Amino acid sequence: CFRNPVHMDSVLSGVNPDLASERLTASFSVEKLTARLDGGAEHTRMRRAIVEAIESDPAFSRENQYFQSQNERYEAAVRRAVHLQKKMREMGWTENGPEIKYIYRWLSGDIAFLLHRVFMRSISVLGSDKQVAKWIPLATEHQIIGSYAQTELGHGTYLQGLETTAVFDIATQEFLLNTPKISAMKWWPGDMGRSATHTVVFAQLYVHGKCYGVHPFIVQIRSLQDHSPRPGVTVGDIGPKMNFEHTDNGYLMLQNVRVPRENMLSRFCEVQPDGTYVRWGSQKINYFTMTTVRISILSDEVILPLMKACTIAIRYSAVRRQSKLKPGEQEAKILDYQTQQQKLLPQLAAAYAFHFINIYLHELFDRGYQEIQGRNFDSLPELHAFSSGFKAMVTQYCTSGVEICLRACGGHGYSLLSGLPSLYTRVLASCIYEGENTVLFLQTARFLIKCFMAASAGQPIPPSVTYLSSAKPGKCPAKDKLDFLSPDVYLKAYEQMAIRSVTKLQHLIQSGAEKHEAWNQCTVQLVKAAQAHCHYITVKIFVETVEKLDNKAGIQKVMKHLCDLFALHGIFSNAGDFLYDGYLSGAQMDLVTASYLDLLAVIRMDAVPLVDAFDFTDKSLNSALGSYDGQVYQRLYEWAQKSPTNQQVSPAYGKYLKPLLQNRLSKL
Amino acid sequence: GRRLGEREALVINDPDFQHEDLNFLSRSQRYEQAIRKSSLMVMKLREHGIADPDEIYWFKSFVHRGRPEPLDLHLGMFLPTLLTQATPEQQDRFFMPAWNLEIIGTYAQTEMGHGTHLRGLETTATYDPATQEFILNSPTVTSIKWWPGGLGKTSNHAIVLAQLYTQGQCKGLHAFIVPIRQLGTHEPLPGITVGDIGPKFGYDEMDNGYLKMDNFRIPRENMLMKYAQVEPDGTYVKPLNDKLTYGTMVFIRSIIVGDSARSLSRACTIAIRYSAVRHQSELKAGEPEPQILDYQTQQYKLFPLLATAYAFHFVGAYIKDTYRRISGDIIEGDLSELPELHALTAGLKAFTSWTANAGIEECRMACGGHGYSRCSGLPDIYVTFTPSCTYEGENTVMMLQTARFLVKSYTQVSSGQRVTGMVSYLNDLSRQRIQPQHVAARPVTVRINDPISLVEAYKARAARLVEAAAKNLQAELNHRKSKEDAWNRTSVDLVRASEAHCHYVIVKLFTAKLSEISNAAVRAVMTELCLLYALYGISKNTGDFLQAGILTDTQVNQVNQHVKELLAIIRPNAVALVDSFDFHDVHLGSVLGRYDGNVYENMFEWAKKSPLNKTEVHESFHKHLKPMQAKL
Repeated sequence: CFRNPVHMDSVLSGVNPDLASERLTASFSVEKLTARLDGGAEHTRMRRAIVEAIESDPAFSRENQYFQSQNERYEAAVRRAVHLQKKMREMGWTENGPEIKYIYRWLSGDIAFLLHRVFMRSISVLGSDKQVAKWIPLATEHQIIGSYAQTELGHGTYLQGLETTAVFDIATQEFLLNTPKISAMKWWPGDMGRSATHTVVFAQLYVHGKCYGVHPFIVQIRSLQDHSPRPGVTVGDIGPKMNFEHTDNGYLMLQNVRVPRENMLSRFCEVQPDGTYVRWGSQKINYFTMTTVRISILSDEVILPLMKACTIAIRYSAVRRQSKLKPGEQEAKILDYQTQQQKLLPQLAAAYAFHFINIYLHELFDRGYQEIQGRNFDSLPELHAFSSGFKAMVTQYCTSGVEICLRACGGHGYSLLSGLPSLYTRVLASCIYEGENTVLFLQTARFLIKCFMAASAGQPIPPSVTYLSSAKPGKCPAKDKLDFLSPDVYLKAYEQMAIRSVTKLQHLIQSGAEKHEAWNQCTVQLVKAAQAHCHYITVKIFVETVEKLDNKAGIQKVMKHLCDLFALHGIFSNAGDFLYDGYLSGAQMDLVTASYLDLLAVIRMDAVPLVDAFDFTDKSLNSALGSYDGQVYQRLYEWAQKSPTNQQVSPAYGKYLKPLLQNRLSKL
Repeated sequence: GRRLGEREALVINDPDFQHEDLNFLSRSQRYEQAIRKSSLMVMKLREHGIADPDEIYWFKSFVHRGRPEPLDLHLGMFLPTLLTQATPEQQDRFFMPAWNLEIIGTYAQTEMGHGTHLRGLETTATYDPATQEFILNSPTVTSIKWWPGGLGKTSNHAIVLAQLYTQGQCKGLHAFIVPIRQLGTHEPLPGITVGDIGPKFGYDEMDNGYLKMDNFRIPRENMLMKYAQVEPDGTYVKPLNDKLTYGTMVFIRSIIVGDSARSLSRACTIAIRYSAVRHQSELKAGEPEPQILDYQTQQYKLFPLLATAYAFHFVGAYIKDTYRRISGDIIEGDLSELPELHALTAGLKAFTSWTANAGIEECRMACGGHGYSRCSGLPDIYVTFTPSCTYEGENTVMMLQTARFLVKSYTQVSSGQRVTGMVSYLNDLSRQRIQPQHVAARPVTVRINDPISLVEAYKARAARLVEAAAKNLQAELNHRKSKEDAWNRTSVDLVRASEAHCHYVIVKLFTAKLSEISNAAVRAVMTELCLLYALYGISKNTGDFLQAGILTDTQVNQVNQHVKELLAIIRPNAVALVDSFDFHDVHLGSVLGRYDGNVYENMFEWAKKSPLNKTEVHESFHKHLKPMQAKL
């Protein structure tokens, strides 16, 4: 066992012995694993210093957020965003500095002006040098506040369907923007409902009566003097949502709003003064922003919530006791129940798996970005397929993972003070924004089918999919449950399954009468094929990552357990797909199950240290159930007493209950 | 929507029951509105002289539009518990005042540290013969009563479950009537600490509360003594039969099964209507954007859930009927059917609430971004429904209770006895015993177009998984000393067995229902739904059917193919099938699910009323944005 140093503050305040004992049995060094997750001990140090600076500033406290109304949350988010500007100047932090990701990670999105940053990024990527020079300084200094208006009331993922129009008027050298009907109203953009002065509007471009498709325009929507809407602009908040109460997601209606010709973002295409439409480079570049955004959300918006949920649920499960496992003994920790382990530990394994796949995707995209800057667009289809499929898989998996954690905490998970409901309602939004998941899986599937057909015709295909052409029917060689702890064995099973799902489809699609009909008739299976591919790659990257770890401090060993668990849980949960066509036999499936259940008991011993390694502070978890010291019940009790329902005298008794009671008393 | 009935309209249009859209109110405001409506409702019930429980229930569901409200526990738990567990003398003292709402009560069972495992509760009630009182105490933080609805702010009494101590001995859990607030001022009584537990995922209008008692004394006569009794000198008199509490549990769980059906039906109604209104993308190049309900992936998300909603509806009705049928026997003292029904309802409660919980979320996801807005009504259905996976018995624990009964039945069959009821398929095991193979390995010729044949397939799967779990349990028992330990190490298998059993029961009940439908067109469409339910279940669990050799690879292909065909067959009836659930727009509370389908214009109207839109320029501009811009 590793003797892991215990946080000083928790020693002073007294750690719940049920949680303290969990930390004594760790098979690895928590501190070393944390450093590994941060990408080096120096990063860990920097992150902690930043977190410390933010947490010591009461302006950033989130303690009251669960008690606040939509209006209060919005105001607090704006206040915090303004304060952050001040703080950054004080601390010498900059937008482009290494600190920025740790700052926003800690804030976990509970701040205004996030779309302002998307506004800036879209200008940087899609704007000409001149446009960048004009707008970025204004935005950086917050002289203007931006938003990004793409989605419409009636149109989401399918961009070509957008209805907002921008008609070029040669006479005045302006674009005339209009919302022709109610379904064309911009709907959902963050920061737009109340805050933004400007927004990038996506609209169908018309020149001389000809439609050139969707293009981005910078539109001023509010006065820079008194913040009132500009003439022709109707703008407001879209009302309460499942979460994001702090964000003023907005609607926007434009009636004959004019913007100068120079306001169309023109890094890649332009309307010249005489109305000539010019394009440079691939049209696909417009999609590259979307593609990178899909990857960039994964870490903070999707994987982090799962890590937090695991931390809360696993620590709470070590503190919560229920029923007896042995007569005469104390009630058992619920973490000792196999059914509880089966709920939580696969989620923990997934959190690690996705952490590693996320690193892999970022490396892939950094390379791709370099190429595109050099106007080489060859890798775009593959990057697009990757971003679509992994965005869909990771968001879907993490969403269900967080919900499992929530429900694994029983009644207390339902209290907002557990932190879990707000983690859940946030992460689930990621299944929809930046592309609806089913649509995204279908895009990945389209790429896979294309590649497979290209490979069949002897053409070269990207390295990530070459496995598709290596199909060799066979049987799994495993004879013993221990064989399934060999990555070669389970990787092969995943590979076979992915190949089978893709090849089977190719026949179906080609046999169909009409191509589009055939496609729609196969979409359920196409989604499955894309999922199988992404699942396979995730397992593969996990295996490769583990192989590269050195085994100092016990880290490789515990990561190997998690990798095995992630892989076997996937086989166990999708048994039919692996049994189909007999690659795995029924008897082998029983071995998988046995091996999988054995792993639960093994990882159980390291469960709390494994979530400690995520290194969340209590303030960033903001949970009564998940705090480091495990003083769950005391915290829940004290926090509940601060609820406005207890602090304020409810008018309900005097106004309604009392007359009701007295009405009867007087008759007695 | 559908034209309101005269009586319904009277309640729904009553100006006294109007208020701002709940989505725009804070928690405190929602609580206040709910209390206001409940108080008015009680006055009106008195005015109209309505006293029949069914009529009160009906009235209440229209006043509160099916939402939780602070008097739920008073009406649903406090009054019934008085009726069933109070002595005639206690009823005289408490029932009429409670009926007249001089006493507002709640039911305080769950503690901060203890839920489903009742024996672990820590609150104590110690009898003091000198004063003939019970002394109630919350000895630890974990023993604080936590969660009871209506406790936080509304109630002035609570029925408290506590460990009874008399003559130095613990006699287990008993129920006590405890006054907690002063009549007249509503202030907590000395020795009582009571309050609201704070914001939750949903149930905003409910004041779920905490209760801490410090040496709080109540007279001996406040213990509910219809069954167990404490005599003045402290002598404890045991109750005659403790299985009786099973009856209440069966009843409550049957209500949750019905709730699963209803909540899922509401979500399906919204998602399917909206999918008929929403257009997106293209199926054929050059053609207008199709309704999203025409996409196979959308149908595959929604239609199996629609079929599930119907299946659960029939299951809920079945349990209710069965309970009614045997509750006569229970009063007569014949409890022979109770254990099976108790075991079955535990599993079905878990199975249906888990499925509905996931199904509601799937419906919401199927509505894309707009499903995430509270105007869709779907977030609200979800947060209101999801606690039913936990309350009245945590689902995993429920599944294990069913498993216990299944294993017991399996053991009986193994020792040569016959079992009856829903588990009678286990009897086939004894015939299989002579052969060394799995019970399910006997050939089942499955015809995938025939519901009756599919019932057999589900039966074979259940038999196989029950047998596997029972054998694994035996193997663990051979290795280990502790029974509990072996049980724990098999619990994943046991839950799987229970799920398979429940799934079988549902397919069986749905199939049996078909022959009772006299209208041919209705029977035809119900048969399609039943087939879809059964086949979809197979396609989602192919592993079980392949591994047990119940289906071949080719049949699995046919199942998948047939599911897709059924989606297309059901498509034309989809909206009619949700219209049949007959929810009023006011009950649905959804802009996306409106009967008239005028979604977008009404979303805009709704959004305009958002609290952030109260003024054209939000005060945050003057407070924060303007000073920031000035400073830079």
